[in-house]
This record gives sequence, C-alpha cells and structure tokens, in this order.
Amino acid sequence: MPSLPPIRPEDEAVAKVRGNTGAFDAPPVAEEDRVRFDYLLRLGDDSLILGQRLSEYCGHAPSVEVDLSLANMGLDLIGQATHFLEYASKVEGAGRDGDALAFRRDVLDFRNCWLVEQPNGDFAQTMARQFLFSTWQKLLFGQLTASADEMIAAIAAKAVKEVTYHEELSAEWVIRLGDGTDESRRRMKEGLDWNWRFIPELFEMDEIAAEMTSRGIGADVGSFREEYDRKVRAVIEQATLEVPSDQRPILGGRRGHHSENLGHILAPMQYLQRTYPDATW
Amino acid sequence: MVAARAHHSAEHLGEQAIWSALFSVPDPEIPAVSIVDLGIVRDVTTRQVTLTPTYTGCPATLVIEQMVRAALDEAGFGEVEIRTILSPPWTTDWISEEGKAKLLAYGIAPPVPAGSREVGCPQCGSIRTEEISRFGSTPCKAQWRCTDCLEPFDLFKCH
Ligand SMILES: [Zn+2]
Repeated sequence: MPSLPPIRPEDEAVAKVRGNTGAFDAPPVAEEDRVRFDYLLRLGDDSLILGQRLSEYCGHAPSVEVDLSLANMGLDLIGQATHFLEYASKVEGAGRDGDALAFRRDVLDFRNCWLVEQPNGDFAQTMARQFLFSTWQKLLFGQLTASADEMIAAIAAKAVKEVTYHEELSAEWVIRLGDGTDESRRRMKEGLDWNWRFIPELFEMDEIAAEMTSRGIGADVGSFREEYDRKVRAVIEQATLEVPSDQRPILGGRRGHHSENLGHILAPMQYLQRTYPDATW
Repeated sequence: MVAARAHHSAEHLGEQAIWSALFSVPDPEIPAVSIVDLGIVRDVTTRQVTLTPTYTGCPATLVIEQMVRAALDEAGFGEVEIRTILSPPWTTDWISEEGKAKLLAYGIAPPVPAGSREVGCPQCGSIRTEEISRFGSTPCKAQWRCTDCLEPFDLFKCH
C-alpha cells in the first residue's frame, strides 16, 4: 500500500469545506422533519447499541471463529448506525453530525429498543438475542427497501444482505445449542426466556411509527408479525425446545425510557468524546 | 462542430487519465487488486468520481477515499470531487474477470454464484473443499479449507 502524502495546512482547509468524512451524500432535506428524525434515531440506535454490545466480545468469544463472527456482525451494525445517524443529522439540520448523535446524547435521548441493550449474559443468551433481533431486522429492512425515502431505502437495501448472514448464523447457533448437550440446552432455553419479553416492543406502533408508515417512509411492522412468529417458532422447534410463553411486554425504549443497562453501555462508549470534546487524531 | 468534438475528446482523454490513476489505487485490505477491479469505482467524469462501499461497516471506506484523493492530486486532478453513493448496493458481480484472476493468484477464492457450494482451492484447484467459518479476516471473506491439499484459504463471499 503506498503511503499517503503528508497533510498540508491548505489540505485541511479544503477538507473542512468539502467535509471529507467518508459519509455518503444525502439528498437535501427541505424542512425540518422531527418525526423522520426520530424514526431515523430508532433505526440507527438499534444498530449502534447492539453493535457496541457485540464488540464487548472482541477477544473473549468461546472460539476464534465465533470471535470473528461477533466482531464482523458488530461491524456491520455499526456501519448501519453510521449511515442512519449521518442521515438523521442532515434531517435534523442542527449542526450535529452522526458522531455527535452517537457520542453526545444521553440515555433519555436514545431511541433503541430494549432487546438490543440486554446484557450479553452467556454465549447462548447472546445468540438468542441476536436471533430474535436479526430475524426481525431482516423483515424490517426487506420492507424498508421500498421506502418512499430514497436514503432509507438505499441503506436498507445495502444492509439487508448482511443481516441475512446474521439471521442464518444466529439461527444455526440456537439449533446447535438447543439440540446439544444438557448444559447447552439449558442455557439456550434460559437465553430465549430472558429475551422473550422484549419481542412485543419490536412490533409496537406508536404515533411516530404510524405517521412514518402512512407517509410511505416507515415499515408497517404489524404486516410481518405472523411471518416473524412463524420463522422464530420453526427454529425453536428445530432446536427441540419449547416456544417460551408470552410474558408481560416491556415498552418505552422508543420514547427514551430504558433499562439501567443502557447507561452502562454508554459510559465506556462515550467516555473519550465526553472527556476530550472535539478531540481529533 | 469541430470545437465541440475537440472538447469531447479532451473530456474523454481526461476521463481515461482519471481511470488509469484510479486503477493504480489498491484495495487497502487486498492490495493485489485495484479498486477498479473490485467495482468500487462506479462512475468517472472530469468533474466527479463516484465510489461505493463494499460493506456497510467496511472500515476501509474512509481509507479508500483518502487514497483516491491522493491519486487524483498526484495525477493533477485535485479539483475532481469524490462522491460516495450507497445505491445501487455493491455486489460481487461487479468484480471484473481480471479482478477474479488476481484474487485467485493472491490465494483468495473468488466469489461463487449464490447458493453454489463448489469452491475451488486456490492452491491446488481441487473442489473438495469445506467451510470452516462463515466469517473470516475481513467482513468480505469466509474461511475455507481444502480436503485434498489441506490448506486453509479465504473465500471472497458472494454479496
Ligand atoms: Zn487444495
């Protein structure tokens, strides 16, 4: 790889004007669109928080192959988050870029669902969470590829191929562990039980989601609920486990109400940017 | 008319010069292959170069943009803008035949059509091969192994 020429002061000036951030071009947004902004935060924060959770495994996974898988999935998710949050910043038009949205918001301003902030627990619990989330995200992105918002459609079309891998890989682990030894079986059962109560939030239709759907921008999550249930049930049955019974749902992540877990995720994630604001390489 | 044709041809020469500058930019993670071979360069005019990332979270995206900037500056095209687009999403179908041959020579099995499990070993050519891990050293690669010569190798995943 050839080395890059040294950066001259005049280059830096040009870079500032051109905004050489590695981000994509978003179409200009005519007017401030709070509802669309909020919806983009939901999409971006789901990916960001789960990507951060998976990165906790780096160097700690049960085998090298699994370590690579988790790191790669985390990277895919953080890539999605970058796209959604960069676009959100343009829609907001308040001068905060995607990094500012990721690193300078506090718990109450995050719009992710509760499922993604759940602790990794053991490997089975991590895979149960991934399976329940990726199965949903694949259906969601599949529908968003037809969004009236071209940028959302483009990001979804780009990401859906990667999410297909996430779904396959995590489903394989649910089956392997569920239909495995007594111990792996017990752990997968507990992993599914832990995460099960966070499924209803994925299909919640509040005012913001409903408005986005009626404008043809957001996904109609209710339309793929049956397909989701069918896919999840098929994998759990193949894993020779029983489908957990429904529990009282926990809602609120989309409006900034989170478990204590989120603060513990943000603390290490945002430490540097909060301690040294505007730090650069 | 003559002036227009002259302009057209100058434009054409400029584009050719930009393409050849970009052809010299290697992929940061697979330096044997150029970003043009990989299909990352989507469009070239004398005003703008359009790139697309391979994977959503590809950490090389920013590095590639910087390397393209440097290559354009070096070739005297400092004013050419770099634009990154997401749509249509990149696919391994855009890797050129030359790119596939370079991957193979470098020891990476080029992507096989979706659904196909017939992967040739880059060392001995055998198709008696098996997947070790769906994820490899970079997001675009999976780990495979040849059951004839026993060498492990990377497969560029169909995407
Ligand atoms: Zn071989």
